[in-house]
Amino acid sequence: MAKIGVFVCHCGENIGRTVDCAEVARRAMDLPGVIHAVDYKYMCSDPGQRWIIDAVREKGLDGVVVASCSPHMHEKTFREAVAAAGLNPFLCEMANIREHCSWVHENRMQATDKAADLVRIMVEKVKRNRPLQPIKVPVTKRALVIGGGIAGIQTALDIANAGVEVVLVEKEPSIGGHMAQLSETFPTLDCSQCIMTPRMVEVRQHPRIQLYTYSEVDSVDGYIGNFTVKIRKKARSVDLDKCTGCGVCTTKCPVKGIPNQFDRGLGTRRAIYVPFPQAVPNVPVIDRERCRYFQTGKCGVCAKVCQADAVNYEQTDEMVEESVGAIVVATGFELYDVGQGMEEGHRGYGEYGYGQDPDIIDGLQFERLASASGPTSGEIRRPSDGKVPERVVFIQCVGSRDEAKGISYCSKICCMYTAKHAILFKHKVHHGQAYIFYMDVRAGGKGYEEFVRRAVEEDGALYVRGRVSEVVRRKDKLLVRGADTLMGRPVQIEADMVVLATAVKPQPGIEALAQKLRTSYDDYHFFKEAHPKLRPVESSSAGIFLAGACQAPRDIPDSVAMASAAASKVLGLFGAKELEREPIVARVNEVTCVGCFQCEKVCAYGAIERKEIRDRKGQLIKVVARVNEGVCQGCGTCQATCPSKSVELEGFTDEEIFAEINAVPVPS
Amino acid sequence: METQEAMEVQTTQPEWTPAIVAFVCNWCTYAGADLAGTSRLQYPANVRIIRLPCTGRIDPLFILKAFERGADGVLVSGCHPGDCHYTSGNFFARRRWTVFKSLVDFFGLDERRLHFSWVSASEGKKWSEVIQDVTDSVRQAGPFEQYPGRED
Repeated sequence: MAKIGVFVCHCGENIGRTVDCAEVARRAMDLPGVIHAVDYKYMCSDPGQRWIIDAVREKGLDGVVVASCSPHMHEKTFREAVAAAGLNPFLCEMANIREHCSWVHENRMQATDKAADLVRIMVEKVKRNRPLQPIKVPVTKRALVIGGGIAGIQTALDIANAGVEVVLVEKEPSIGGHMAQLSETFPTLDCSQCIMTPRMVEVRQHPRIQLYTYSEVDSVDGYIGNFTVKIRKKARSVDLDKCTGCGVCTTKCPVKGIPNQFDRGLGTRRAIYVPFPQAVPNVPVIDRERCRYFQTGKCGVCAKVCQADAVNYEQTDEMVEESVGAIVVATGFELYDVGQGMEEGHRGYGEYGYGQDPDIIDGLQFERLASASGPTSGEIRRPSDGKVPERVVFIQCVGSRDEAKGISYCSKICCMYTAKHAILFKHKVHHGQAYIFYMDVRAGGKGYEEFVRRAVEEDGALYVRGRVSEVVRRKDKLLVRGADTLMGRPVQIEADMVVLATAVKPQPGIEALAQKLRTSYDDYHFFKEAHPKLRPVESSSAGIFLAGACQAPRDIPDSVAMASAAASKVLGLFGAKELEREPIVARVNEVTCVGCFQCEKVCAYGAIERKEIRDRKGQLIKVVARVNEGVCQGCGTCQATCPSKSVELEGFTDEEIFAEINAVPVPS
Repeated sequence: METQEAMEVQTTQPEWTPAIVAFVCNWCTYAGADLAGTSRLQYPANVRIIRLPCTGRIDPLFILKAFERGADGVLVSGCHPGDCHYTSGNFFARRRWTVFKSLVDFFGLDERRLHFSWVSASEGKKWSEVIQDVTDSVRQAGPFEQYPGRED
């Protein structure tokens, strides 16, 4: 016979005002198996918990029901109290008579009846609860960071500086990401390269960071604490260890005039190239698509001029395997390409002429023009003829906040970088005039509003509220036609250059990466956080964390804060010798399982494995499902799916739930 | 106070209140119902919540069992599509529900007794409205006497 204790909480007046707690306790005493039922003012207080502990010990209770607030509030508290008394914590359940009863009903009789029912339901459940032991999973204390932009770099450095090894994977030939492309940063106008490059070098030199550039994550297996990651090192055609970074090959290569990606097509490079002067590692890569040797088999100039004998045409993609315990995704963003070649439905803003007229550029291209390391060495010159533009029109919200283009969100950074562009332009072209078409100016952030005011008041940027309808070429000028909605009239500006603040989108290929990681992304294909407020840097999968603009549009301070937060989450995970997980996981009855693997199809986490059952001679009898405890998250979808009822979710077994349903009263 | 209570009892007693069992997921609807409580939104006291980790855990037999045990109506509620804490559990729940619903139609159970909703953790108001709507709908269908349960 069960020995259940029921503890009814008044929660001060919160429950006691509407529910007759003494009556609930009295009725609980009549339930079969209940040997102890009391009510108390504050069950969660120290003396309240002491009551529970003493009762468990003195009466030898083998089950506890606390009727009080929501289990989301205090389940942990009471389970810990029960454990302190020496009883398995999973033999404690809560009846929610506050949020689900006293707070939502006024009628004292009805509320008391309902509270008594809720207690009875939980008493019936707890009688069938099984003692569960926390699952212990060993942890590989090594972290993988995917993406070598500012978020990835910050995460890697924070983790490595705490004494933990990090594997950093970057798909481009150099780390640095978008931040390395920027000229100055808002709202302080300090030079982006100056604060970025020392960190890049630190990553390269750090004894605990294993850096893979020009590499991509190929596959991810395993679960929290124990991931196995396969990384594809793409053939660079230059030996990383031999190359001295002298750069002779990049000046002798005969294939010239290839648009440089890093300069957003504004500058050119050769077939063997270093993406930018401060690249880390400062080792060139051969663009095999364009290299004369790879295309025609004749050339080999770079190999001839290389004194270090580092050029290797025979190099192939190489696969490496790394074991890690946690993964941080920091894959960043890309800008919405409003030009040609967009997929149908997203093709937009043909009327702005991006991609057709060289003097219509996007925000990152402007950054390259303004950057000292850029194609114009920091002078603002328009791409078509190299003339210094006198009137520049900036158009904000190109793509962002436009449901018709499939992007309803605000890209967050454009208001600020456009203000910065206006300031930089004025600083470099003193007689120039910047016009900014905007929808709203969103400058939420430390020093941000002041920065926008500075653009207007000190640097004379003219803000025009309204949208631009078209940009047309009129000889030497670009005619920008739009509406000034504050003045209520059409405007027309003759500009020398137009800069579009295009929307921030997640990196392409995010879907495939999310599938490899078995985590989820939102409607816009940004990675989805576990909880928008309370767990912003955790993904929906245990052991996988998020940093930076892969989760939503982020500026640098936000990305860095997120990166450090993700790093601290990883270090917290590694703090314990073994990982302890709630044992709410599914278990397979190997006797009845027929191996149909319906469960495998519905499991979102890939937690179902195959187990071979053999007889003594080693003959295969059957293959059954096995749940990997480390991976299972405890949703129970497999149990509802299993045709032979061979898989059970601990804590929510059929027996427990049917007992609850049976305890729902039959009206008399 | 006492007279007021007595009056309330008198006014509510003539009207029959249906018994409703709600199967809800732990992460969205249970939390949404918590929020209804925190926001002190009033709704009928006739619903008994059975908490499950995910709507994907719901076996159609739970619903039949609830009817057998005297429920007049059943509500299943979970996270909105795409918001499932377990990525896709609610999609499986929805598929199962669709098939189950046609079975229920086939054996002639009044569809006003069966309800499905998406209530997120931020939709406390929606939860109280859903309970009101479900109660009204089940009340129209009347007491469930079609399938009397076994007497244990």
